[in-house]
Amino acid sequence: MKISLNNREEEFEQENLSISRMLELKKLTFRLRIIKVNGVLVPKEKYDTTIINDGDNVQVIYLMSGG
Amino acid sequence: MRFSDIKDHLSRFRVGIAGAGGLGSNCAVALARCGIGTLVISDFDIIEPANLNRQYYFINQVGMLKSVALKENIARINPDTTVIAHTEKLNESNIPEIFDGCDVVVEAFDLDEMKEILTGVVQTRMQGIPLIIGSGLAGWGNNNSIRYRKIDDTLYLCGDESTSTDSDGPAMAPRVGIVANMQANTVIEILMQKIV
Repeated sequence: MKISLNNREEEFEQENLSISRMLELKKLTFRLRIIKVNGVLVPKEKYDTTIINDGDNVQVIYLMSGG
Repeated sequence: MRFSDIKDHLSRFRVGIAGAGGLGSNCAVALARCGIGTLVISDFDIIEPANLNRQYYFINQVGMLKSVALKENIARINPDTTVIAHTEKLNESNIPEIFDGCDVVVEAFDLDEMKEILTGVVQTRMQGIPLIIGSGLAGWGNNNSIRYRKIDDTLYLCGDESTSTDSDGPAMAPRVGIVANMQANTVIEILMQKIV
C-alpha cells in the first residue's frame, strides 16, 4: 500500500498496518507524539487497533518540551 | 490594506493562550500589538527570576502570577485588547470551558505532557477550532531548523520538532521568541482569512 506520511508518499509491502506497526517500521519511536489519520486524532490507546489502509493521510507530530 | 483596517478586523476575535511562559507571553504581546479584541490567557504559575531570560515580564513582577502580570503588561501596550486572565491549572475537564468562544487556541506550554493533553482536548472536544502548537525551540542558533507546518485546517505547528529542553539546552529568548512570533503570525493569518 501507499500512504501519505507527513506529506511524503511512503510505500509498504503490507496491504494494511496498525499504527503501532507502522511506527515500528518507520522507526518513529519518540515517546510524545500526536497522530492524525485522515484528519482525525487517534488516541494513543488505539494505536494497536487502528488500521492504516492504502491512500490514508497520516500525520505524526512530535511534541518537544520547552516554552 | 492599511494597518487601521487590519486592527479593526482583528478586534472582533478572541484568542486563547494556554500557558504564559516564554511562548505564551511573547505570543500574547505580539497579538495585542496587532489589535486582537480579546485574549484569554491561562497560567497558574508565578514569575521567577530565571523566567526573565525569555518571558515578557519585568524584574519588579517577580512573585506575581504570570497571567495577572501579563494582563498588566498588555494594558500598558494596547489597552484596547481585553485580557481575561485565568489562574487555575489547566486539565482535561476545564480546558473547553476556559477557552469557550475562542476563535483560535495557541498551545504555549513548557512540558510535553501538557502539550499532549491540550492537543487531545482541543482536537476532540473543541472541533473546528484551530490549534497552533509550539514544539522544538531549545538552545540557540540554527535559524533555518525552525519552521511552520500546516497539518490541516485545525492544526498548525511551529518549531524545529526535534530539540527538547530536556536534552538540547535551555529555552532562551531568541529561539523561543521566533517560535512565539511564528505562532502569533499563524493566528493573524487564520483570522485575516475569516470573513465577518
